[in-house]
Amino acid sequence: MSDRRPEERLDERPDAQPDELPPALARIADAVGGAWLSGAVQEVVEFRGETTLLVARERVLDVLRYLRDGARPRFPMLTDLTAVDCCPREPRFEVVYLLTAVDPRPGAPSAPAVRLRVKTRLPGSDPRVPSAVGLWPAANWLEREVYDLFGIVFEGHPDLRRILLPDDWEGHPLRRDAPLVEEPVEFVGHVPKVPSEIIPRVPPRTRPT
Amino acid sequence: MAVTRETLTINMGPQHPATHGVLRVVLDLEGEVILGARPVIGYLHTGFEKEMETRTYHQNIVFPPRVEYLATMIEEAAYVQAVEKLLGITPPPRCQVIRVILMELSRIASHLVWLGTSAIDLNISSAFMYAFVDRERILDLFEQISGQRMMHGYMRVGGLQWDLPEGFEAAVRQLMEDLPRRLDEYERLLTDNLIWRERTEGVAVLPAAEAVAYGCTGPVLRGSGVNYDVRKAFPYSGYEQFAFDVPLGRHGDAFDRYTVRMEEMRQSRRIILQALDRLPDGPVAVDDRKVVLPPRRELVRSMEAVIHQFKLVSEGFHPPVGEVYHAVESPRGEKGYYLVSDGSNRPMRVRIRAPSFCNLQALPVMVFRGTFADVVVAIASIDIVLGDVDR
Repeated sequence: MSDRRPEERLDERPDAQPDELPPALARIADAVGGAWLSGAVQEVVEFRGETTLLVARERVLDVLRYLRDGARPRFPMLTDLTAVDCCPREPRFEVVYLLTAVDPRPGAPSAPAVRLRVKTRLPGSDPRVPSAVGLWPAANWLEREVYDLFGIVFEGHPDLRRILLPDDWEGHPLRRDAPLVEEPVEFVGHVPKVPSEIIPRVPPRTRPT
Repeated sequence: MAVTRETLTINMGPQHPATHGVLRVVLDLEGEVILGARPVIGYLHTGFEKEMETRTYHQNIVFPPRVEYLATMIEEAAYVQAVEKLLGITPPPRCQVIRVILMELSRIASHLVWLGTSAIDLNISSAFMYAFVDRERILDLFEQISGQRMMHGYMRVGGLQWDLPEGFEAAVRQLMEDLPRRLDEYERLLTDNLIWRERTEGVAVLPAAEAVAYGCTGPVLRGSGVNYDVRKAFPYSGYEQFAFDVPLGRHGDAFDRYTVRMEEMRQSRRIILQALDRLPDGPVAVDDRKVVLPPRRELVRSMEAVIHQFKLVSEGFHPPVGEVYHAVESPRGEKGYYLVSDGSNRPMRVRIRAPSFCNLQALPVMVFRGTFADVVVAIASIDIVLGDVDR
């Protein structure tokens, strides 16, 4: 694939911090405004036209509140909240907030919408992050789901319980060290192989072939 | 309002016929008035996100239609378009237009299921049978092109499995000719029905500000009057080239959601007719041997093609390191796939942003101070799919 797009070789990670802000990012930098200037945003990643802000855990609520209330455009909708387990890398977890700028007034004409992703990194041992339920009620179930499946604790959440799994379930299945339990399907004359092993995992290539 | 001695807590579901699957709602009632509602979900949790992390990008195409089993073509398209965005490839124009036709047919089929089941919730079982007849005609078309009635597997990363069969366009045109008459019939049966109006108007009201704060999307959000449609806001598959309107409600009640969906079916018909008129000729998949399997006829005379075929089947492809989010407008709202690639042949993380999950969270707002019978109307008007809620 690298011969088709030489600018995106695997050894050149696209999340490298640019020295100067490209024009596409100046708009977002403007949107983040004060929070940007005070150093809350550690890194800006642009990939396939999507912008991700990396924010320190202590400042994540400030940045989210600013984006909801003060930024231009405002982001009144929390579209998604999820997490990524980057095991064995440390800091291990990433909590991802996906914000969408929509006009919340009824009947308002459709404005060109903007999306922004905010990320914060958490350590593998005792991952904790402040809860965003006070900003968006939508975060309630989404945070419970992340707690359920990743074991990330949201401080200040009003009702942090498991949501998808039974209350007495042990462990957090979406962590990468949680095994996938599969049953091989047996047919006559067929050596059983679990579905996920039919095509083996091929690690990232270090060098383009 | 405080919970008193007179308050009765009861369970609705998880096997109640009006919960459309396995949803349990714990209701605090005083007499027949709802003081609190707590949806309890997870009875259908299948762990698709975990499963998708252990298979290659191509193997994963079978999962999206099983996550949300009413709008299967839209689900498949959402996933493959997310992978295409990750790879940085654009499918050829014919593929894009065919996808638009199939997605809009899928939307009509899904809305017909909603129409039939929500009518049956309100005791109008004839509408259920009429709507399912029309839906079957659409599923027949899907079977004609993919060989499968429901879990098609017709979309491919970079294109489609194969081209449309002979006579498909004529069949779609015939279906589109019949549709307005059928929709008018349903409208006469329901919109002009006094019982239907009494049960839905002013019931399960969700104000616009609450709908946005709860992350509701789709007809639930547009029924409250907020103008947000992913097809307009973040166009994909060439939707910006089609003329269609986004219907909006005014009061945010169950009746508004009903009218929004009925109008959406008419708009889908409009898009399909435009797409049929401009269906271009040409290939239906990208000409990239690193992503799409080579044509069968090349395998007998090209060693290169055999090597590409072998690599794709035994290993799959390696997208670059990065992460993308791609959303489509599913019949229930914004269905998004968030993919994180670590450069291997399997996704490192697949996150499915499910519209039903967020819409259901606003159920307590809708039913507060309503009556017990309104809960049935509210659940029907959200149009939940429990596979989509639990994933």
